[in-house]
Amino acid sequence: MNGLPILSIITFAPLVAALVVLLLNNERAIKTWSVVSSFVIFLLTLWLWFAVDPKALGPGEFAFLEEYSWIPAINVFYRMGVDGLSVPLITLTGLLTFLSIFYSTYVINHRVKEYFFLFLFLEVGMFGVFTSLDYFLFYVFWEIGLVPMYFLIGIWGGPRREYAAIKFFIYTLAGSVLMLLAILGLYFSTGTFDLTALPGQELFGGNFVLKSLAFWGIFLAFAIKVPMWPFHTWLPDAHVEAPTAGSVILAGILLKLGGYGFLRILMPIFPDVFNAYWPVVAVLAVISIVYGALVAMAQWDLKKLIAYSSVNHMGYAMLGIAAAAATLNSSDPAVLDSRAIAVNGAIFQFIAHGLITGALFFLVGVIYERAHTRDLKAFGGLGAVVPKYYAFMAAATFASLGLPGLAGFVSEFMVFRGAFALIPYIAAIGVLGIVLTAAMYLWKIIQMVFLGPLNEKWKDLPDMHWWEIATLTPLVILFTLFGVYPKPILDYVNAGVVALLDLMS
Amino acid sequence: MQINWADTSFLLAPEILLTVGALIVLVLDLLIEDDTSPVLPGFTLLALVSAFGAAAAHLVTGVDDVALFMFAADPLTHFFRLLGIGTALLVLLVSVNYVQARSKHTGEFYSLLLWVTLAVVLVAGAHDLILLYLAFEFLSITSYVLVGWLRDDARSNEGAMKYLLFGAISSALMLYGMSLLYGATGTTRLTEIAAFFTIPETQITGLYSIVVPALVFLLAGIGFKISLVPFHQWAPDAYEGAPTPVAAFLSVGSKSAGFAVLARVLLEAMPAFQEHWTSLLVVLSILTMTLGNLVALRQTNMKRLLAYSSIAQAGYILMGLAAYSAGATFPADGLSGVLIYLVAYLFTNVGVFIGAVIFEQATGSVAISDYAGLIRRSPWLAFTFVVFFLSLAGLPPTAGFVGKLAVFYATVAKGLYFLAIIGVLNSVVSVYYYFNVIRQMFFMPAPEGAERVRMPASMGLALAISFVGTLLIGFYPEPFLNLANMSRDFISALPLL
Repeated sequence: MNGLPILSIITFAPLVAALVVLLLNNERAIKTWSVVSSFVIFLLTLWLWFAVDPKALGPGEFAFLEEYSWIPAINVFYRMGVDGLSVPLITLTGLLTFLSIFYSTYVINHRVKEYFFLFLFLEVGMFGVFTSLDYFLFYVFWEIGLVPMYFLIGIWGGPRREYAAIKFFIYTLAGSVLMLLAILGLYFSTGTFDLTALPGQELFGGNFVLKSLAFWGIFLAFAIKVPMWPFHTWLPDAHVEAPTAGSVILAGILLKLGGYGFLRILMPIFPDVFNAYWPVVAVLAVISIVYGALVAMAQWDLKKLIAYSSVNHMGYAMLGIAAAAATLNSSDPAVLDSRAIAVNGAIFQFIAHGLITGALFFLVGVIYERAHTRDLKAFGGLGAVVPKYYAFMAAATFASLGLPGLAGFVSEFMVFRGAFALIPYIAAIGVLGIVLTAAMYLWKIIQMVFLGPLNEKWKDLPDMHWWEIATLTPLVILFTLFGVYPKPILDYVNAGVVALLDLMS
Repeated sequence: MQINWADTSFLLAPEILLTVGALIVLVLDLLIEDDTSPVLPGFTLLALVSAFGAAAAHLVTGVDDVALFMFAADPLTHFFRLLGIGTALLVLLVSVNYVQARSKHTGEFYSLLLWVTLAVVLVAGAHDLILLYLAFEFLSITSYVLVGWLRDDARSNEGAMKYLLFGAISSALMLYGMSLLYGATGTTRLTEIAAFFTIPETQITGLYSIVVPALVFLLAGIGFKISLVPFHQWAPDAYEGAPTPVAAFLSVGSKSAGFAVLARVLLEAMPAFQEHWTSLLVVLSILTMTLGNLVALRQTNMKRLLAYSSIAQAGYILMGLAAYSAGATFPADGLSGVLIYLVAYLFTNVGVFIGAVIFEQATGSVAISDYAGLIRRSPWLAFTFVVFFLSLAGLPPTAGFVGKLAVFYATVAKGLYFLAIIGVLNSVVSVYYYFNVIRQMFFMPAPEGAERVRMPASMGLALAISFVGTLLIGFYPEPFLNLANMSRDFISALPLL
């Protein structure tokens, strides 16, 4: 701990930016400031990517560690640090928030000040979850993110926004309060909230029932956030009703908070319990994969379709994590390799899904701004009318269905490569999901929207504006680049994964 | 016993200052013709501030466990003195404009406020069943008068009457419980009762038929004051009818007094019966929070909503006492959880009432639907409401989170997992109705031509204090945790384990 408290600066920079928004009175000034500040924050996170060398960190070691006593009476520390697992997600957060804010400056013209204040405030909660290494602090950030998202959905959302907003809030909260009890139980049994010290501790004096209770309490919080079937029902409402940028952040980052929780907390702190219950998690993951794909296929609302496809995609990541938990102690190098591959695939999926689904939600916003409908049956033949839009949409859907050469393929391949070696039968059912998503995207989006006879109503539909292209281009470049050349991310993440799996055994 | 008057008057300084202050306000009221004169509220403020200072001085000088006949000057009393007087201070700040706008007889309001504060302080320190009963009645009677203070308002009268009728019955029950306890033990002093029960287990079993009913009757009487289900029915009507600042005082000040008594009677006098009262408290706690929250879901009137919300809050606080374990390390003992929760609750709940008073003063309305578009009419007021509601719901980073954390921790530590789960699920339910008000404020458009909501300076100050307190405890709970840790000591006949 020397030099500047980098992680605190990154985490709280959006808060400072948000407070400045409150002081500004001119809408133009607010928008310019939000874009500039979120871009600077993104550059900070990008710098963090290069400043951290995950390979130099051993198991349980973190870069830019900050530690201050916060509430000595109950042994709470303000403790932050990052490793190969968290930095990619922090950079992704910086990127998606910047793009969302940039895009929003062109479409949000109502209650501008509150919007940009809340959006920047939301970023604080997301950064905080990824940087904190004290369970108390983690929980505080975990909850803080709920409030701005509630307002973003409730004020700028679609027709059923109020219902969606409170449903999102209550669902997520219901999961997290049980996690709170589990956290308190952990503290009672170990006397610490320290996420770096909890792995390897004997919990509850070895009482397996209590350990299981705590495990499932925490599991529920993360499973709702991810979301896994059957805890996903808040997702279609929230994602569909949220404003475009809100959906991007929900799908791109907030879902990853849950996945990150599995990696940072459940796997290292409860390795034996996770190992005992891995079939439950794996089965839920496979159901999420298949069910998510099937329900997505049945949708006629483009946004809802993409929302359900998130259930499917996050299911792959969860399958990878469950597969890694299926074997606890093994010295067989092949098994160890497969575990590492599965978890690497899961994290790569977080990033790929963030980029791809982020792009898809932006694209839904683009068409909705023009047509004021998302009904797939209303479209047709748009390929000739809006060629640029067609190109972007085709790229994003192909990436999402896992076309080789694009990022979605890499993660799905790795997850299944790992899972087949460890839990072949369950993984085999999961593969079904890949077929279904391919069918769904090609049929529902490409064919229904862009091919076939043109609906005369749309013959004058304007193509994408420059700012829409500017928002989407970085995402398309990135998911193509990482599809062709995933090495930079995988090297980075792998160092974190190796450390994590080391901690588990 | 040799009485040292200097020491005694130091130990009783807050009570003495409040009494003298209340008497002087009564006299000044006769001399001052002008109802809007700042002298009366100014003097009331002076009395409260000096009493608060005197109470704080005891903390600093570290007065420990002194029994003055019937009154205990121990850390627990110091704590409840600060809490009660602190509540009165905030309530006074919002009352001045409120009462001046509604009645000519403002002088008696101020003196009643001082009397009711004195009653809270006396209740908290009562160390003998007789003083306890008298102080409790004193608190009740001053509260009845304050609830009915809006003489020309039928609802105010109705509220006071209901409160009086329920109060009379429950105080009779409590007195009956006390007499049974006296019959069983032959003493009214709490520590002596506890000492009596240190007799061997076999002899205690013989007393069950007397002590268990005594316990139930006592719980009924005290439960009335802290509005535990099923003794809560008076609360919504009394809160709705009462002048809103008085409702704020009832929901925090007199509720805290009730918890002080409950703690004293159960922990100081009847530790031998812990397994009996624990199971009773668990049941009461579950009933109270669940019913309070469920009924609150359907309220359309802000004051009734807050009434049911504060019933539910009592259920959470009770969890701390249910999870009490003597001698456990802080904050697993339960009592410190109760104390932390009460401090958090003071700032938060008084704060939300202050917001309601400001709104009522500006618009004349207490209907939740009239809060529509408040963000346009007063962004700061709307923002403080969000913080208060988050705190009431127990979300970080607010005081309410720290309070809930402490009581839930004690329940988990005690192994009452079922109670803890019911508790957290209840706090999820409560989000629905708290956020319903926020929904009105932020999502709904303001009515056409609605003016900005303005607040007088004194109300703004009270709002700011509660707001800062709510966030301060959330961000930096350490001093408040230490305060609770210091205050969980009380006069006890039994050595701590």
